[in-house]
Amino acid sequence: MNMDRRLAEETFDVAIIGGGVVGCAMARRFTLEGARVALLEKATDILDGASKANSAILHTGFDAPPDSLELACIQAGYREYLEVHEAMGLPLERTGAYVVAWTAEQEAALPEILRKAHDNGVPDAVLVDAASLRAAEPHLSTQARAAIHIPGESLIDPWSAPHAYLQQALDNGARVFVDCEVTGGAFADGGWSLETSRGRLEARHVINCAGLYGDLLDRNLLGESRFTITPRKGQFVVFDKAASTLATAIILPVPTARTKGIVLFRTVFGNLAVGPTAEDQQSRTDASTDRETLQSLIDAGVGKIPALADMPVTAIYAGLRPACEFKEYRISETPDRNWITVGAIRSTGLSAALGIAQHVFGLYNRDGKGHRPIESPSVPQAARLAERFPRDWQEPDHGEIICHCEMVTRREIEAALQGPLAARSLAGLKRRTRATMGRCQGFYCSARLAGITDGHFKITLAPEVGDD
Amino acid sequence: MTDLGEGPDIDVAVIGGGPSGLAAATELKRRGIARVVVLEREPVAGGIPRHCGHPPFGWREFRRILTGPQYARKLVSAALKAGVEIRTDTSVAGIKPGPCLTLATPEGVRDITASRVIYATGVRETPRAARLVSGVRARGILNTGALQSLVYLEGRRPFLRPLIVGTELVSFSAIQTCRHAGIRPVAMIGEGATTVARWPAGLFPKLTGIPLHLQTRLVRINGGETVTSATVEGPDGQRDIPCDGVLLTGAFTPESGLGRSGHLQMDRGTGGPVVDQFGRCSDPRYYAAGNLLRPVETAGWSWQEGRETGLRVARDLVGTQPPAQRQIHVVTQEPLIRLVMPQRISLPLSPRGMEALQVRFTAPARGFIEVYADGALAWSKPVDVRPERRFLIPLAGLTESHTNVLELRFTK
Ligand SMILES: Cc1cc2nc3c(=O)[nH]c(=O)nc-3n(C[C@H](O)[C@H](O)[C@H](O)COP(=O)(O)OP(=O)(O)OC[C@H]3O[C@@H](n4cnc5c(N)ncnc54)[C@H](O)[C@@H]3O)c2cc1C
Ligand SMILES: Cc1cc2nc3c(=O)[nH]c(=O)nc-3n(C[C@H](O)[C@H](O)[C@H](O)COP(=O)(O)OP(=O)(O)OC[C@H]3O[C@@H](n4cnc5c(N)ncnc54)[C@H](O)[C@@H]3O)c2cc1C
Repeated sequence: MNMDRRLAEETFDVAIIGGGVVGCAMARRFTLEGARVALLEKATDILDGASKANSAILHTGFDAPPDSLELACIQAGYREYLEVHEAMGLPLERTGAYVVAWTAEQEAALPEILRKAHDNGVPDAVLVDAASLRAAEPHLSTQARAAIHIPGESLIDPWSAPHAYLQQALDNGARVFVDCEVTGGAFADGGWSLETSRGRLEARHVINCAGLYGDLLDRNLLGESRFTITPRKGQFVVFDKAASTLATAIILPVPTARTKGIVLFRTVFGNLAVGPTAEDQQSRTDASTDRETLQSLIDAGVGKIPALADMPVTAIYAGLRPACEFKEYRISETPDRNWITVGAIRSTGLSAALGIAQHVFGLYNRDGKGHRPIESPSVPQAARLAERFPRDWQEPDHGEIICHCEMVTRREIEAALQGPLAARSLAGLKRRTRATMGRCQGFYCSARLAGITDGHFKITLAPEVGDD
Repeated sequence: MTDLGEGPDIDVAVIGGGPSGLAAATELKRRGIARVVVLEREPVAGGIPRHCGHPPFGWREFRRILTGPQYARKLVSAALKAGVEIRTDTSVAGIKPGPCLTLATPEGVRDITASRVIYATGVRETPRAARLVSGVRARGILNTGALQSLVYLEGRRPFLRPLIVGTELVSFSAIQTCRHAGIRPVAMIGEGATTVARWPAGLFPKLTGIPLHLQTRLVRINGGETVTSATVEGPDGQRDIPCDGVLLTGAFTPESGLGRSGHLQMDRGTGGPVVDQFGRCSDPRYYAAGNLLRPVETAGWSWQEGRETGLRVARDLVGTQPPAQRQIHVVTQEPLIRLVMPQRISLPLSPRGMEALQVRFTAPARGFIEVYADGALAWSKPVDVRPERRFLIPLAGLTESHTNVLELRFTK
C-alpha cells in the first residue's frame, strides 16, 4: 500500500513506533533532548492498546522486583511525574495504599512485604494494626486484620497524562502519524526506511514501543524477537460515583506469585473501581468482558467494603497487559541496526513511562548524538477532567453540558475534535473528555454526540437516515 | 429572562421538566404559589416523551391522542400559561439541606435556595455495563432511549439490523422506532415464557415480521469495532444471531444519582429516594414525583403523580399539611417482591396522601400477598403476579396509629 509515497520529506532522528503511554513519554523525552521525532500509531487514536485501560495508579515501586530495571524506571518515572504534573495541569491524588491482610496467613506475609518496601527505597511504608486501619478506612469490612500503609501510592489520570506527554512533544516540533501501521522496513546506510500503511518514513533510529505487538514488530523488522507476548487480560467494574466516599486509600491485597491481585481503588474522576483480574490469552485485541468474572469482582469488592452492595455499577471494562515469559521489562538494543526495543511493559507502564523514556534516551545517547536540548520548551495544559480541579462546566461560556453524568461540556468536546491529536473515534473522545463514561453510558447524550461529532470520526457514530 | 437569583424568593424548585415535574409545577401555580421554577438540564423541557415519536400520549391529561413530542409541547405550554418559570440548559449538580441546589448553567455555577424542592428526574433504561453483558465493546450497543433520540431528534440511525433484547412495552416502542427509521430488527428475545408486555405473542411474528424468541437470554455480544453477532441461549441451546447492533430495552432504573450522592436516603428496591405517602423524602423539604419514585409507569400516571405532589406541596407551604410525628416503616424480605413504594407512612394520617402501596415483582407467580402489621396478619389477597405489572395494596385500614412496621410477604 502506498509504497512509493513518502509520509514526510525529512529524515527523522528517531521514529517511535506505538502511541501507548510508553511511546508518548518517549516522544516527549527525545523531543525535549533535541531530537527530531516522528511517532507512528496504527490505531485511529493514540492510547488504543494496553494503555487504554488500567488501574491508573502511580506506583512507588514498593513491591517491584528488587534491583530491577523496572524498579528504577518506576521510581524515576514517579519522581519526574511529581516534577512536571503541576505545570502541565495533570492531577495527582496522593491517597496512599494499604496492603490489607484478610487471613492469618496473609498477615504473616506482611513483615516480608514491609522489608521489601524498605529495601526498594520506600522508607515511609509502615505496618498498621486493624484499629488504625479501621480508623482510616471505616467502611472496610471488619475482617481486615492488619495492613502495610504505603503513603506514596497515588492516583493519576491514565489518559490525560500520556496525552499531555505527546502534546508536549508535538508543541516542540515532533510529528505524529495516526492510522499508520508499520508493516516493514529496511536498514541501510545508517538509517531505516520504514514501510507504513500511509507511506514510507525515513529515520536514523527506531524505538519499538509497540506494546502488545512489540515481539511481532521485532520479528518482522529485525527477523527475531527475544521475547513472546502473551496478553494478560484484566477486567474491572466501576461503581456509581456515590461509592467513592467508601474508600480513601487504594486497597491492595497481599500479592500472589502471579499478580498484584484484586484492588479497590478510587479514580481521579470520582469513582470507585474493583479489579483487575489476570487472565492469560492468545488474542492481542480481545478485551471483552464476561458476566461471571465481573460478578466475582463485585462480590470481592462487597466482601471488602460491604456498603458496595447498595451501589449500582456504572461501567465495566478490560485491559490487556503486554506480559511475556519473563517477569521483567524487555528493553534491549540492536546497536548495529540503530534499534531499541522497549517491550513487555507489563503492569507498571503508566507509572514508569517517564522513567523508561529517560533510561532509553540514555541508551540511545550513550555515545553522544550531538542533540541540543530545547531551551524553555513550551508546556501544554492538559484538559481538566479530574474531580478535584475546577471543571469546564463550572466556568462560564462552555456552551452547554452535553454529557450530564460526567458533566462534559460542548466546549470540551469541540476542543477534543481539533488539532493533531483530534479524537477520531468515540473511544478516543471518551479518553479525552469522559463523555458517555458515566452512569447512563450514553442513554441521554448519544444522539447529541452523534450530531456534534459528525464528520470528525473515521466511522460515523450514527449516520443520518439515507446516508448510511 | 431575569437572573434566577433576582426577584422574589423561590417557593418551589422542581428538578426535571418531564411530565411529572411540569404537572407538579403547573398545579402549584394553580394553587396560588408565587414562584415556581422548573430546572431542566436539556435544551428543551418535556422529558422522555420528547423522543417517543409515537402515540398514544395525553388521553388522561388532554382527552386527546397525541404523539410524545406533541404531548411534551402541550405540557410545556400549559406550564408556561400557568406562570411556571422553566429554566432549560440548567442542570442540578448537587443537592443539600436547606434546600439548597447547585446549578450548572451555560453562564457557570451557582447555588439557589427554595422553600421546597420537587425531585422529578424520571427513569432511564439499564445500560449494557450495569447489566454485566459479556462480550466486546462495540458501537451499536444501546438503549431504546438513545435510539429514539437518534431517530426522532437527530434523524440518524446507529444500525440497520439489530437484535432487540427485552419484551417490555418499551421494546415494542423500539420496534416502532426502528420501522420509522427503516431499521429492520433481526429478532426480539426475552427471558420469560411470555412477553413482559401484554402482547399476543402468537400474533407477534405475523404483525411485525420480526421473529420472537422466548425463554432466550443474551449470552454474549461478538464482533470488534462493530457488532457482528449476538450469542443467545434458548430452549434449544446456544446459537449466534448475526446482527449489526444490540438494542437493550427496558430494565428501567430511576435517574437518581443526585439523591445518592446527596443527603437523601435511597431505597434499594426502587432505586429512587425513600418517600412517605406524600412523596416526602427523608429530608421533608424535598418531595419526589413521577417515575423517579419507582420503575416504571406511563407518562399519564407520572403526570397524575406530579399533579398530586404539586397539591401536597402547596398544602405544605400554606401549613395545612401536618409534619410527620412518627413513621410506619414498610418493609419486605421476600425476594419475589422487587419493590414497594412508599416505604414510609407518616402519622398522623391526613388526607391527600397516596392511597395505596405500589408493589412490583421479580418473576411471575401465583399465591397470596400478605401484609403483617407488627407481626400480625392484617391483609391478604390471592394474586397472579407478573413482573413489570403494578400491584396496589390499599392503605385504608392498614395504618393503625400504633403500628410500627408493615411487612409484605408472599406465600404460594
Ligand atoms: C489491567 C491493567 C491494569 C494496569 N494498572 C496499572 C497501574 O495501575 N499503574 C501502572 O503504572 N500501570 C498499569 N498497567 C500497565 C500499563 O497500562 C501498561 O504497562 C502500559 O499501558 C503499556 O504501554 P505501552 O505503551 O508499552 O503499550 P501500548 O499501550 O499497547 O502501546 C503500543 C501501541 O503501539 C501500537 N502499535 C502496535 N504495533 C504497531 C505497528 N506495527 N505500527 C504502529 N503502531 C503499532 C498499538 O496500536 C499501541 O497503541 C496496567 C495494565 C493493565 C492491562
Ligand atoms: C426509553 C423510554 C421510553 C418510554 N416510552 C414511553 C411511552 O411510550 N409511553 C409512556 O407512557 N411512557 C414511556 N416511558 C416512561 C416515561 O418515564 C414516562 O412517560 C414519563 O416520561 C415519566 O415522566 P417523569 O417526569 O417522571 O420523567 P422524565 O420524562 O424522564 O423527565 C425527567 C426530566 O428530568 C430532567 N433531569 C434529569 N436529571 C436532571 C438534573 N440533574 N437537573 C435538571 N434536570 C434533570 C431530564 O432531562 C428530563 O427532562 C418511557 C421511558 C423511557 C426511558
